[in-house]
Amino acid sequence: MCAVRGLTKTYPAVRGRRGAPAAPEVRATDDVRLEVRRGEIFGLLGPNGAGKTSVVRQVTGLMRPDTGTVEILGHDIVRHPERAARILAYLGQESTALDELTVSLAAETTGRLRGLPLREARRERDAVLDELGLTPIAGRPLRKLSGGQRRLACFATALVGERPLLVLDEPTTGMDPVARRAVWSAVDRRRAERGTTVLLVTHNVIEAETVLDRVAVLDRGRVIACDTPSGLKEQVADEVRVELVWRERAPLDVPEVAALRERAVESGRRWTLRLGPEEARTVVATVTGGAAFAALDDFTLATPSLEDVYLALGGAARQGLVRV
Amino acid sequence: MSVVPAEVLPGSALAVDEQPVRQAAELAPRARLWPSMAAVYRAQLSRARVARIPLLFVATFQSVGILIMMRGVVEGGREAEAVVAGSAVLVVAFVALNLLAQYFGQLRASGGLDHYATLPVPPAAVVLGAAGAYASFTVPGTLVTAVFGSLLFGLPLTHLWVLALVIPLSGAALAGLGAAFGLLAPRPELATVLGQLGMSAALLLGVLPPDRMPEPVRFTRDLLPSTYGVEALARTFRPHPDWAFVLGDLAVCAVVGVVSLAVATWAYRRAAVR
Repeated sequence: MCAVRGLTKTYPAVRGRRGAPAAPEVRATDDVRLEVRRGEIFGLLGPNGAGKTSVVRQVTGLMRPDTGTVEILGHDIVRHPERAARILAYLGQESTALDELTVSLAAETTGRLRGLPLREARRERDAVLDELGLTPIAGRPLRKLSGGQRRLACFATALVGERPLLVLDEPTTGMDPVARRAVWSAVDRRRAERGTTVLLVTHNVIEAETVLDRVAVLDRGRVIACDTPSGLKEQVADEVRVELVWRERAPLDVPEVAALRERAVESGRRWTLRLGPEEARTVVATVTGGAAFAALDDFTLATPSLEDVYLALGGAARQGLVRV
Repeated sequence: MSVVPAEVLPGSALAVDEQPVRQAAELAPRARLWPSMAAVYRAQLSRARVARIPLLFVATFQSVGILIMMRGVVEGGREAEAVVAGSAVLVVAFVALNLLAQYFGQLRASGGLDHYATLPVPPAAVVLGAAGAYASFTVPGTLVTAVFGSLLFGLPLTHLWVLALVIPLSGAALAGLGAAFGLLAPRPELATVLGQLGMSAALLLGVLPPDRMPEPVRFTRDLLPSTYGVEALARTFRPHPDWAFVLGDLAVCAVVGVVSLAVATWAYRRAAVR
């Protein structure tokens, strides 16, 4: 369906000028290789700056890679970037082109620019707005909507004018659970009825685990793993995540706690530890009894998530992923 | 939340899909030029209701203010013709050149062009649709200024119908220039500066009567496309307008319009794929 091979893009170094510091050369994507199959929801997961958006901008023909190939449904997108618009629908992170339009006109105009005749564009607009529950706010300009509603309206424009591939860059940012559910059921309906494929960018671990068929984990421009979410989690199946939240600060006078410190990822009052099951049990026993318990506010014991996979694979950002 | 496993989807054959697709899939049709231009034009026009109306008032008030101010300086005759025509075309310069340069500058800087770049729409449709809409925004202000100025200076209203040619043609020239500024400027601030400078030039060189200008300034005035719109309009205030010259001036606007819109289209194409 969509094959990406050896995709490499380097932003040149910027020489410092007055008021603007110099920036070294940045490799946005480094030999990225992906194979997206028809009808699957394929995810790119990684913290901010990992190169997810750079990958999709090259897949959608918006950015020319230095080297590498992108092939979608048999079309070479690097050589013919203009063909991408006729194969896929793209939802980017920006909505400035649509901000001053009403929801209804944004969807209709996008449909017409996707090549639909007027009547068909209006019919699809009405169907999509209805499907996503946007009809009550169809007459309001996007700029006046809340962040989540605006995002949903932009998602609606991506659905007007059917395409076999949807490329969605963090589609559910800022959305409440109702809107999220509307997005994923709209995606599922298109998958079931037409075999639509989805390439999704996310930094939300829970979303990645629940909606994706397969996921590529990106770190500093490289794909560090690619498998089903459960397949990836098996790699760290022998680990348990222990999270400790201290009332004020950690009771370092307790020797067992002091010994744990160097293995913990600290984030304010929260310590995160990745341990073997046996060891985790010992830690929990320690902190829930004796002197440490008085300083403990809360603790959780959880099976590994994709975030643990990311860290276990050597992901550099310690806190880039979101669990919502 | 996704409940449909990929394996059971209609027509899906994952094992087969592993092999490269031999036959390229059929592409969805392109959006055709005229319908997509109409769609962009309509969308842009609707933006006026939300965002642009205060600015249109500013454009008109500015020109009306200049007319009132110049009334104390200019008595009548050739100079009055130049002042009225210059103020009317200034509205076009303010909206089509200045505001459009800012719009495209911001759209480009914020990544808003991605939306259009990932739709199968001809670049010319986006540029022409937006330029047409901004030129249309100028119609009420230009009419008000021209009628008010003619009454104020006692000029005949007989040939004001020529505005039906002056507005679209000088609109095309100035909007094309504005779009090109906005799309070529590497930073949005620079697009704003270029738009403002263009408008200031149209103000100073268009409204003031040319007879008293020094030679180099008059040469600069001749380089400015808005000058020809001003001249065309000014000529029609005379009792017996020389229509050949009017058409000549309008032809210059048309040529500049075609060239600048072509440059803007090229700039759009360049800005869309980075």
